[in-house]
Amino acid sequence: MDKFTIKNMNLYYGKFHALKDVNLSMQENKITAFIGPSGCGKSTLLKSLNRMNDLVEGCKITGDIRLDNEDIYGNMDVNILRKRVGMVFQKANPFPMSVYDNIAYGPRTHGIRKKSELDEIVESSLRDAAIWDELKDRLKKSALGLSGGQQQRLCIARALAVKPEVLLMDEATSALDPISTGKIEELCLKLKDQYTIIMVTHNMQQALRIADYTAFFLLGEMIEYDKTDQIFSNPKEKKTEEYITGRFG
Amino acid sequence: MQGVFFLTAITSIAAVALICIFLFYNGVPAIAEIGFFDFVGGQQWAPTNQPPSYGIFCMIVGSIYVTAGAIIIGVPIGILTAVFLARFCPAPLYKIIKPATELLAGIPSIVYGFFGLMVVVPFIRDTFGGNGSSLLAASVVLGIMILPTIIGVSESAIRAVPEPYYEGSLALGATRERSVFRVMLPASKSGILAGVVLGIGRAIGETMAVILIAGNQVQIPTSLTEGVRTLTANIVLEMGYSTGLHRQALIATGVVLFVFILLITLSMQAIKSRSEKNG
Ligand SMILES: Nc1ncnc2c1ncn2[C@@H]1O[C@H](COP(=O)(O)OP(=O)(O)OP(=O)(O)O)[C@@H](O)[C@H]1O
Ligand SMILES: [Mg+2]
Repeated sequence: MDKFTIKNMNLYYGKFHALKDVNLSMQENKITAFIGPSGCGKSTLLKSLNRMNDLVEGCKITGDIRLDNEDIYGNMDVNILRKRVGMVFQKANPFPMSVYDNIAYGPRTHGIRKKSELDEIVESSLRDAAIWDELKDRLKKSALGLSGGQQQRLCIARALAVKPEVLLMDEATSALDPISTGKIEELCLKLKDQYTIIMVTHNMQQALRIADYTAFFLLGEMIEYDKTDQIFSNPKEKKTEEYITGRFG
Repeated sequence: MQGVFFLTAITSIAAVALICIFLFYNGVPAIAEIGFFDFVGGQQWAPTNQPPSYGIFCMIVGSIYVTAGAIIIGVPIGILTAVFLARFCPAPLYKIIKPATELLAGIPSIVYGFFGLMVVVPFIRDTFGGNGSSLLAASVVLGIMILPTIIGVSESAIRAVPEPYYEGSLALGATRERSVFRVMLPASKSGILAGVVLGIGRAIGETMAVILIAGNQVQIPTSLTEGVRTLTANIVLEMGYSTGLHRQALIATGVVLFVFILLITLSMQAIKSRSEKNG
């Protein structure tokens, strides 16, 4: 089933036409990867899906983006959209608070006050993010003292704690070592049973390893979108082939 | 050339050292003569009586009350203004408010005193009774006087918090207000605390404005509309005609004030080094 559908979408940063007539549907309980050379608009598209682009002055979007067939730029409350569509940033950004408070922040935002309930969410989120065993004795310690890989998994746990339907990940592993990267990839594969995952990556191998679908972007245009195997083994477009075989980008 | 820099650098150190020496050289013997506890703890200040008494306890309490009042009024307004300026203020409005707060810092304290005398004191007299010159009047005016310090320092502290914290909070579905008050503000708390401490320093040392509006009675006020005398006011009011031990006792009052400022500066340093360690 289609979770997100994007139709005839154009995005402008002031006069700059950053995304050109994008049409794309992302399936529920699948991992979709966006690939493409730097500056082609992957992050821009991802940020359009939870309206983080609203923060950018002069950013204008036309066309249609729907979540479960509901226009996200229409009547939908942006805070509810962002609760439903969680985001993990390229650079881990845990809040300067304890591990526990980081995870509990989202649920508290959405009105959960009961200690026992929060305890439960903290534990299950950290378990889902495969970091409970590492952190269960450090819940009261500052999150800023964790390693980079732990911080990123903490941020994933923090995103999971509000029980989103979709998880957006913008190069979430680009700053991590292979072991942490591997853990997060495993995590994505595990999480896709419950969530729809949309990720940006510069790592072809990563897309190949975990993504069900892959979309290739170039200079603001979506060039090709297909099953990952198809894109990598038998791309239809010449530009895609050139990119994945490393002839440019 | 380096020698010149060195000389300029030690000027301030020399100034501090000289002030210290002057204060303690003149003040400490007086404290010894009066007796430390009689001086600091005594509630009688009657330098012209026979025998005279030199207790400055009322003035210590006065300074603390007035400063506390200024903090109660100035800190919430200052912090909320800083939040507004740093996170919510539209650019055109910022161009008006920001210079206004800076102007507030440049107004001479005697002008604040006049303002207090002409506006605040009559208002308090008419609204709450009493003669108007009071702890409340001093607190209000000092609260306004410390605003620019608190706003300036707090605003830069809030601006220094990394933007990704804010985005991270929004991305969880938090409102802008919640993101600012629950993430950005706590993240800047040591900077804001530094601003508050600076404000305390300014309030406790303020003299001219306070003299005009605080009433200056030597007493421990039991209500907000009663008058107070601060340490600074005590010195200025009597320095002109004092002689002998009376004069020395006033300098010793300065010593006490100096110790207060020293404590404030030290706590300032402690806050700084703590935030550097955590940041
Ligand atoms: N806030 C902004 N204001 C103006 N232009 C922007 C802004 N953010 C991005 N752009 C421009 O939009 C284009 C797409 O940027 P985007 O960040 O989406 O690229 P990307 O594909 O994620 O690149 P990378 O792989 O380097 O992260 C770039 O040309 C960029 O310069
Ligand atoms: Mg990007």
